[in-house]
Amino acid sequence: MSGDSLDEIRKIFEEECIEGLDTMEAGLLNLGEGGSGGDVVNDIFRAAHSIKGGSATFGYKKIADFTHLMETLLDLVRNGRKAASPPVIELLLGCVDCLREMMGAIHSGEYDEARIAEFMQMLQAELLGDDDAQPQVVTALPEPVAAENAAAQGWRIVFRPHEEMLRSGNQPLHILRALTELGECVTRSDVSRLPSFESFDPESIYLSWEIELKGACSIEQVREVFDWVEGECELSIEPVGAPEPPAAVIAAVAAAPERRGSDRRAPVADDRRDIDRRKKPAAKEAGSIRVGIDKVDNLMNLVGELVITQAMLSQFGRESPEGLDHMGLRDTLEQLSRNTRELQEAVMQVRMLPVSVTFSRFPRLVHDLSTKLGKKIELEISGEQTELDKTVLEKIGDPLVHLIRNSLDHGIEDEATRIAAGKTPHGTIFVSASHESGNIVIRVADDGAGLNSEKILRKARERGLIGEDEELGRQQVNDLIFMPGFSTADVVSDVSGRGVGMDVVRSNIQEIGGRVDVTSTPGEGSVFQITLPLTLAILDGQLVRVGSQVYVVPLLSIIETVLVDRERLNLITGQSPVYRLRGEAVPVLSISRVLRVREDVIEGAAAERERLLVIVESGRDIVGLAVDELLEQHQVVIKSLENNFTQVPGTLGATILGDGTVSLIVDIAGLVRLSGLRTDLGSAASAAA
Amino acid sequence: MAQVQHGALDDPLAGGGTQYLTFILNGEHYGIEILKVQGVQGWQRVTQIPNMPPFLLGVINMRGDVVPIVDLRMRFALGSAEFNEHTVVVIVRVECHDHPRTVGLVVDAVSEVHTIHSVDFRKTPDMSGGIGSEYLKGLGMVGDRMVILFEVEKLVNSGVLAQVSQLPRDAAA
Repeated sequence: MSGDSLDEIRKIFEEECIEGLDTMEAGLLNLGEGGSGGDVVNDIFRAAHSIKGGSATFGYKKIADFTHLMETLLDLVRNGRKAASPPVIELLLGCVDCLREMMGAIHSGEYDEARIAEFMQMLQAELLGDDDAQPQVVTALPEPVAAENAAAQGWRIVFRPHEEMLRSGNQPLHILRALTELGECVTRSDVSRLPSFESFDPESIYLSWEIELKGACSIEQVREVFDWVEGECELSIEPVGAPEPPAAVIAAVAAAPERRGSDRRAPVADDRRDIDRRKKPAAKEAGSIRVGIDKVDNLMNLVGELVITQAMLSQFGRESPEGLDHMGLRDTLEQLSRNTRELQEAVMQVRMLPVSVTFSRFPRLVHDLSTKLGKKIELEISGEQTELDKTVLEKIGDPLVHLIRNSLDHGIEDEATRIAAGKTPHGTIFVSASHESGNIVIRVADDGAGLNSEKILRKARERGLIGEDEELGRQQVNDLIFMPGFSTADVVSDVSGRGVGMDVVRSNIQEIGGRVDVTSTPGEGSVFQITLPLTLAILDGQLVRVGSQVYVVPLLSIIETVLVDRERLNLITGQSPVYRLRGEAVPVLSISRVLRVREDVIEGAAAERERLLVIVESGRDIVGLAVDELLEQHQVVIKSLENNFTQVPGTLGATILGDGTVSLIVDIAGLVRLSGLRTDLGSAASAAA
Repeated sequence: MAQVQHGALDDPLAGGGTQYLTFILNGEHYGIEILKVQGVQGWQRVTQIPNMPPFLLGVINMRGDVVPIVDLRMRFALGSAEFNEHTVVVIVRVECHDHPRTVGLVVDAVSEVHTIHSVDFRKTPDMSGGIGSEYLKGLGMVGDRMVILFEVEKLVNSGVLAQVSQLPRDAAA
């Protein structure tokens, strides 16, 4: 095997380990919440086992040894010889963390020896503390021990590969040869499944074999031969000359009934081999492949180009003389446009991942934090199958963690306060994701005390975020928590209160084109609602014309569009014009002036210029963009300007329109910044200072 | 056959010299290594980019890629020209910092592809004004005509992109 493919396999092993650790963690948390034993423990055990097996194969002895101990403990839990008590679960969770660190250091080999030793010691202590524990025997031989020794004279093996086994690169001949190395073999081939010649598929296996192996080898050795094809064949291994399995075997078999039941494909329920390879998402999600994100991005770009080309063709088709039509040109173009659209959607789908990828870390977070804070808190998650673009998903994790920490720390009261308020002793945090009108909405809600308006107002005044006698509405007060440097926590704790927080949450979310709002009812709790675009690669845009240039305004930020009534336009000397809209003064921005676009070609009379105001919001800023004309609404593919050029302030990037021209996507927040116009409280205060 | 051509392009000492795409700018002949050229396009309307120096005309769509367009005349103060049917954009792809970038250069007209032997290189005389010698590789002779050879990497990196990123981010301040 070449070094490259070995590296590849090593990488897959590492990825599988990480997945295995996640499985273990989820399972342990489930156990902790009183989840039912059997299957959960088995899942954890299998995950541990596959990590052990893999790390031993690749020579990571430290990891293998460590997992071995964990496995031993898990085995006791599985056999019911040890209760899954909270201390045991805590210990195992700690071990999972430790393993994760070891995985992180796998390349450098710089393990935290002290920490590993500490955990290993704790595991040993836990194991020895159990009278029934016989770690050596249990781990080395979860197999029916007696059967093995009793049947040392030979094995009867029935090996029936699935038809598609060859496609995974396995070669039955190699297996049969390997068996002959173990001892003398008498092999009978079963050809009854052979089809007629016409329907014979050379890439399928129709043969099966019955092998009598004579020799003093253990069942372990025999199974090892079939290691790579497990799950792709039916296999039974029985001792020769042992017609009745001894009682010990029956007992061992009875101990693991659910494993046998769940394993449809391989009748041999071999828990030592019954490892992740089959249990992994591959089995659950009906087959998946790992593909580098750059390949998907490349595919997206190509499809983007295709969409543009198709738009050009359609335009050409519409403008072509009637004569061309009888050749079915128009119908064909129509079909092309349908196909391209479907293709684009399909490619988009590839980048989509369920939010459960991010949500899955919350149970642990809540578990740890609630223990630390001494509060009883339940976490309810819903809509975790909602899909979101990978890039968005990666960036939403930290803000969500922050929101949940906040809810835990500030939102939910301690038990005594809750009981006094007539609430259930345990608090609940709800995290949900859903589709709402073309956006993804993620909510983090709690049934805690809600935001304390008075406290927020007091803190804001103390910190000079607002003026001494400024009066604010309830919603405005709530919004204050998103201001930089704001924290109401009286004591700076490990969990929160350092004053870096909600403003970062807001800016992180705005960075990915979303927004966050808070609503709160005193005594009933608060709800943080995050609205996100489905994907970062595509944006719903309103095309507007200003002079000779066409810009794209993100639809998400548009509130409304109004026809300019010159009477309502106030020009204040030295400042930007202000438009009176239903009693509110909205600053007016001229895109071309702010962006300093050269207006060499001015089309249309002056009266036609900037006669529409697109009212947009960005954070708490509401401004009107003066435009000449509203064009169509489009889903646009965002192209980075940075790629060939440089970042351009005031834009989110560019896109290519149906006619092949490039159009800039306006970044409202950037425009406001560029214009030097500030309407938010923070900068008003700083400007006054 | 294909191999012979390849060799001729790659190795100037293997007999062929290097192939250059030559073009005309303000009456002078200039050359760019053909391996750096992605394509030649007719002039098309550009989309303006805010807060950019005048020589940066804007961006165009080049096969789905957003490519900035530089007016070389304006960049090197060679006087402005009318944009007419001969005006072309030479698209070059050069290694820039961490990844390759594609940039379009507006020239008056392209002429042809010449193989210029390495022995033809002349040391670039120090020119005051116009195109700084740091962006030039040297001079080559095609017959008895002189061709000024660009160092495309330098031209795009320090001649164009560096100029643009030096601009203040907050133009209103």
